Amino acid sequence: MENLNLILPEIFLSLSIFVTLLIGVFFKNSYNLVTNITYIIIISLLLIIFNTFNESGNLFSNSFITNSFTNFFKILILLGTLFVMLITQNFIKEMKINYFEYPLLLLFSILGMFFMISANDLMSFYLGLELQSLALYILAAFDRDNLKSNESGIKYFVLSALSSGLLLYGCSLLYGFTGSTNFEEINLKMEFENTGAIFAMVFVLVGLAFKVSAVPFHMWTPDVYQGSPSSVTSFFAVVPKIAGIAILIRFVQIPFEQLVDQWKNILVFMSLASMLLGAVAAIGQTNIKRLIAYSSIGHIGYVLAGISTGTINGYNSSVAYTSIYVIMNLGVFGCIFLMKKDGKYCEDIKDLAGMSKQNPLLAISFLIIMFSLAGIPPLAGFFAKFYVFISVIESGMYTLAIVGLLSTVISAFYYLRIIKIIYFDEIKNSFDSIKNLKITSTIFFSCTILVLFFLYPSVLNNIVNTLSIN
Amino acid sequence: MNFPILSSITLLPTIGALFILFSKSEENENKNAINLSLFTSVVNFFLAIFLWYSFDKSYSGFQFIEEQDWISGFIKFKFGVDGISILFIVLTAFIIPVCIISCVNSVKTRLKEFLIAILILETFMIGVFCSLDLVVFYIFFEAGLIPMFLIIGIWGGPKRVYAAFKFFLFTLLGSVLMLVAIISIYWITGTTDITQIFEIKIPVKYQYVLWLAFFSSFAVKMPMWPVHTWLPDAHVEAPTAGSVILAAILLKMAGYGFLRFSIGMFPIASEYFIPLVFTLSIIAIIYTSLVALMQEDMKKLIAYSSVAHMGFVTLGIFTFTPQGIEGSIFQMISHGLISAALFLCVGVLYDRVHSRLITSYGGIANVLPKYSLVFAVFMLGALGLPGTSGFVGEILILLGAFQKSFLVAILASIGIILGAAYMLWLYKRVIFGKLEKKELQELKDLNLSEGIVLFSLVVLVLFFGFYPNLILDTVHTSVDELIRNYEQAIVFNTSTVK
Repeated sequence: MENLNLILPEIFLSLSIFVTLLIGVFFKNSYNLVTNITYIIIISLLLIIFNTFNESGNLFSNSFITNSFTNFFKILILLGTLFVMLITQNFIKEMKINYFEYPLLLLFSILGMFFMISANDLMSFYLGLELQSLALYILAAFDRDNLKSNESGIKYFVLSALSSGLLLYGCSLLYGFTGSTNFEEINLKMEFENTGAIFAMVFVLVGLAFKVSAVPFHMWTPDVYQGSPSSVTSFFAVVPKIAGIAILIRFVQIPFEQLVDQWKNILVFMSLASMLLGAVAAIGQTNIKRLIAYSSIGHIGYVLAGISTGTINGYNSSVAYTSIYVIMNLGVFGCIFLMKKDGKYCEDIKDLAGMSKQNPLLAISFLIIMFSLAGIPPLAGFFAKFYVFISVIESGMYTLAIVGLLSTVISAFYYLRIIKIIYFDEIKNSFDSIKNLKITSTIFFSCTILVLFFLYPSVLNNIVNTLSIN
Repeated sequence: MNFPILSSITLLPTIGALFILFSKSEENENKNAINLSLFTSVVNFFLAIFLWYSFDKSYSGFQFIEEQDWISGFIKFKFGVDGISILFIVLTAFIIPVCIISCVNSVKTRLKEFLIAILILETFMIGVFCSLDLVVFYIFFEAGLIPMFLIIGIWGGPKRVYAAFKFFLFTLLGSVLMLVAIISIYWITGTTDITQIFEIKIPVKYQYVLWLAFFSSFAVKMPMWPVHTWLPDAHVEAPTAGSVILAAILLKMAGYGFLRFSIGMFPIASEYFIPLVFTLSIIAIIYTSLVALMQEDMKKLIAYSSVAHMGFVTLGIFTFTPQGIEGSIFQMISHGLISAALFLCVGVLYDRVHSRLITSYGGIANVLPKYSLVFAVFMLGALGLPGTSGFVGEILILLGAFQKSFLVAILASIGIILGAAYMLWLYKRVIFGKLEKKELQELKDLNLSEGIVLFSLVVLVLFFGFYPNLILDTVHTSVDELIRNYEQAIVFNTSTVK
């Protein structure tokens, strides 16, 4: 009998999704009820995973794996979702997209991500990926009466389906050249020169790069971020990225372990291109969601830089970077959901002008988060970059380090521009005052971590270093 | 050593800033904030004086060392001072209260936030001079950009946005290369603790590249020609207190960085690059002095004169003679006082007339006699008149330079003549002549707070002019140690090459 405890979170999540779905269908106007149940589900999942954090093992003829690495990412995903839900409630109700399907779709996508992260087999990986993506397509187009939302949903669907196709093609090639779909067995077959498998690896990496929106597969990101309802954008910017990075690290570490020399070049290129494009393209943006899209592309570049070293230190620094990135992005979106003018949420950066006079606390939070995103010490964003570049330089990749750091200077420009608009420009028309404890506490939580991180910067590393992938 | 005095000096301003942030008084919020910040910074100044007093001048190593595990097994949070850094700590702790008193008159909006920014900046600046670990140093070095950016951007003049961006991006660009170098040093030597790096000694083949990376950062911050262009903009647009901090302390970080890091860690490369530094310094001295002659904006003139004076500092450091280096340190302290005072003087006029153009003044001596006298002292100090602190630094640097290269010393002396020219001309145009402009006739002379600030600076400038030993005694053993290590490394290197 297999130890089903290992898959308990997934089982619990699937069952509760079905029960909640039924509740949603049978009660009228059940959005609030379903949302509250979702909170409970997420919190219980967190408890379950915390309880079994260090248990590891595999299931179902080695196609499903659980260990501290997957558990860490699952916790990150759950926390990300929880905070995203907290900060978006007001927005969802005001935009009248408060249908009970909304939280359920979030749960579905989380379930997909869980399976994807824990996959140890190409088949289960692909199934998890598709479950996640399908839920996200619908979410992108969730504001049905809004043309832009529909457009972004379609765009995301078409492009993502294409990338899934490439990914699937890569998977089938891998199976063809190695004779197995299991990650570890694929790795064993790679010991001998296997050109076909390298060919397959490229396709798989392309598919994954699309999911984490690394250059040159980033085209969808700005449009989808801008078009989707802001609540969905905040989810996109945080949660699927975590899952994508997790599975990317697992891929390069298990099935492609022997192909380090080959995938290293690909990742270095993607990393360089993402950092530079993220920095340069964001300068001209006026829509804050588009700007965040480009900034997230840039940040993915730094994460990829850590992975591209191919060392344990490198992977760990990427994991640490991802965690800090999540905290910063939650803070940014928290601020965005607090800014309203004449009953409309601000999307144009110029609308932020003069915020420092009317709402000094929000302005200072924005300031902290922006400087942290720019990677200025002593904020947490600096340490994230610092760890990545330590491992990059350890591997002797000086070009990557120098270009990466120069691109932080370029990207500092647009973060500074936001601060300039908030602090230096004169106020145009006043902001609506929003009092929302959930959002303010999220922002407070994010800023406190970012500011106080320097007191004990090794806390995150100590956790990350204990994670075991195998 | 039980009481962690260095961390206290570093952290106290931030604690004061937090108090100001959370203190609420309905009526006289500004007054309350000023009192609190003044109290904090004065207490901090006395702490710094106490530190200087209890400092052992005969010991050349680091004192008051504090160590704390920080990033476990990787970086230690290490503080300590020697004869060089302690002076900068005292200077910083002195300049901040001066700024706070001066901003009472000049800062009209958001005074509370301004004081918080200044106090937090003080923490970062003192941290720079205390840290004995490269990463800790880098963090403080960079963190200072945030409050300075805000000070220029929020309280600055009409072109403040441009100036703030230029300041921030220039300095950041210079520093990122230093970060790469710091991380490389970690992988080469296995530590970022500079006392250990001094002993391990970085292999010669790496020194050149690493030196250049550090140089890129310090040259921007110093600022050396040709990357000095951010400084005039930043100075002109910054509020008076911002200019004072910028000129008096932020620029000194780079000189301190050269002394502590470039020479200490890369002696061979430092020797190799002497011609480069000399060339840039001489260009800075002569070219920016000429540029200063043609300025119409008083603040810009003083900013360019700062670049020239900093050229003397780099020149003196890279002579590697006791006179040159001690002269440089003295020049930095003296310039910290004099340029701060000059910016305050310009601030006094600006608060009254709201113009920084030289042409809008003339004949001020008739209405502002006290002010004219004070201004005269600082002006003479800036041009290096014997009896002021400016003279001691320049003469020592020239003494050092003559030992190395006659030509360089001659060229630097030309710079002194030019310095006298632009300073005297500035003084003549602003203070002397007939009082023709109507709006100047109603001006009031120095008020109490301005009087206290400027008078105390006058006393210091003259005091150090007559009794430079107070400073030179403190730095002496540390400088000797620095030069001895440098010479040992050079001798060792040439003997191994042969």
